[in-house]
Amino acid sequence: MNVLGFADDNLILAQRLSEWVAAAPDLELDIAVANIALDHLGVARALLTHFGDLEGKGRTEDDLAMFRSERELTNLLICEQPNGDFGQTIARQLLFDSYQVGLWEKLAGSPDEVLAAVASKALLEARYHWQHSATWTERLGRGTEESNRRMQSGLVALARYVDEMFDEHQDLRRGFDERLTPVLDESRLVLPKDPFPRRGGRRGMHTEHLGHLLAKMQSLARAYPGVQW
Amino acid sequence: MREAKFRALLEAEEKVESTDWMPEEYRQTLIRQIAQHAHSEIIGMQPEGNWISRAPSLRRKAILIAKVQDEAGHGLYLYSAAETLGVNRDQLMELLHSGKQKYSSIFNYPTLSWADMGAIGWLVDGAAITNQVMLKRCSYGPYARAMVKICLEESFHQRQGYEIMLTLCNGSAEQKAMAQDSLDRWWWPSLMMFGPHDSESTHTEQSMEWKIKRVSNDELRQQFVDMTVPQADYLGLQIPDPDLAWNEERGHYDFGPIDWDEFWAVVKGHGPMNRDRIEHKRKAWDDGAWVRQAAAVSSAVAGSA
Ligand SMILES: [Fe+2]
Ligand SMILES: [Fe+2]
Repeated sequence: MNVLGFADDNLILAQRLSEWVAAAPDLELDIAVANIALDHLGVARALLTHFGDLEGKGRTEDDLAMFRSERELTNLLICEQPNGDFGQTIARQLLFDSYQVGLWEKLAGSPDEVLAAVASKALLEARYHWQHSATWTERLGRGTEESNRRMQSGLVALARYVDEMFDEHQDLRRGFDERLTPVLDESRLVLPKDPFPRRGGRRGMHTEHLGHLLAKMQSLARAYPGVQW
Repeated sequence: MREAKFRALLEAEEKVESTDWMPEEYRQTLIRQIAQHAHSEIIGMQPEGNWISRAPSLRRKAILIAKVQDEAGHGLYLYSAAETLGVNRDQLMELLHSGKQKYSSIFNYPTLSWADMGAIGWLVDGAAITNQVMLKRCSYGPYARAMVKICLEESFHQRQGYEIMLTLCNGSAEQKAMAQDSLDRWWWPSLMMFGPHDSESTHTEQSMEWKIKRVSNDELRQQFVDMTVPQADYLGLQIPDPDLAWNEERGHYDFGPIDWDEFWAVVKGHGPMNRDRIEHKRKAWDDGAWVRQAAAVSSAVAGSA
């Protein structure tokens, strides 16, 4: 199982989400977004540490997070996409949560016991994240003309990153559709099928956004390597 | 008659509740103070939010996100406490954005290095606790009760901040220099957090009589200095005050004069970050208007269904 890939997904998504803290539409959302970011960060830390153990070269979570370049990061492209407006963020979260709930359900039965334990805990969190994303999708989809338009634009912008999520897990596609479609229908939104899906994150072939995210995230750790913080 | 009952509550050290009669000036003073306190919590999210993306380790990143999230929670409790006095959160936001209500001036200084995450926790949360421990005994019930929970979390923040400083001071020469630079920049603004001298403070006397405030600005500042100097010694850092010295006779530290010109300039909006903080806040609020509007529409629909 691709422990490092799963770790990177959560790491990069946590980093993106945390950009909303102190900039969200209201205080309740500041708190909710911070919560979700913390959950993803927690999963990332557990899996990076686990990967370091499996690898056996003594790399810690911070070695892996702070000292790999963009070509070495293996997250799915959807995770690194910019927040955009709140509608685009919710679109990204709904798509990713609809995938990740199924992923954790599957991995909770993994023969890798550490991975299975992380997945079981993360599954509970992912269901709550999905609920949050679905609720906001409905609010925005059914709210005003503007909110429907913005949420729909978010889905259009992200549609081309959807297929990549299933490259390693074709079996998760059906559950994804079952979670997603009723929410979109209910919200008067559609996920268009993009004829030219983008892929390559797992091989370190990213969009240009990741480099900027890493430049920021890793700047301090790289400026003073080898010290404790 | 009503007035006498109110006086009796204060006299008996009992809490005034939102349903009790209270003098209009008491109500207005509380609204002003609680709102200012709530605004401080949420504007205070910005200087620390500034380092979330760049936190040097994942553990520190998690702690910092959780801390900033706590501050948002404090803002929420306090706006709720203010609402018991007959104002609503949107009105208070408007007063903040238009500059009619203030927030703590400390947040008008920039966070220029990672060590500032340590210094803010240690000094700013430390000064906040010194103030807030007193507010747990405030005569207005909803405010006093909000402070109980907030104080617990603030002391947690203070320890986390001190621990960042300790790690830096035990680290490389560059890290220690970073910690010293940060103390140099945050020390005096932290002392200013307690407000003007008692002799200059316009609201103190009335607030003390109403038992909103229980200890004077100068006494609180002295408590803070006495608590903090040994902590700086333990870190091996130099407090940037040549006049700082233990006074055996008083049983307190003496310290040098505060630059009140700087204090008033920042209060009046001319600090390094006043404009940026309000602009950031207002932009986030304006950018989020369509989201709040959509949520209001859909809850109205849900309510009528
Ligand atoms: Fe706070
Ligand atoms: Fe705090």
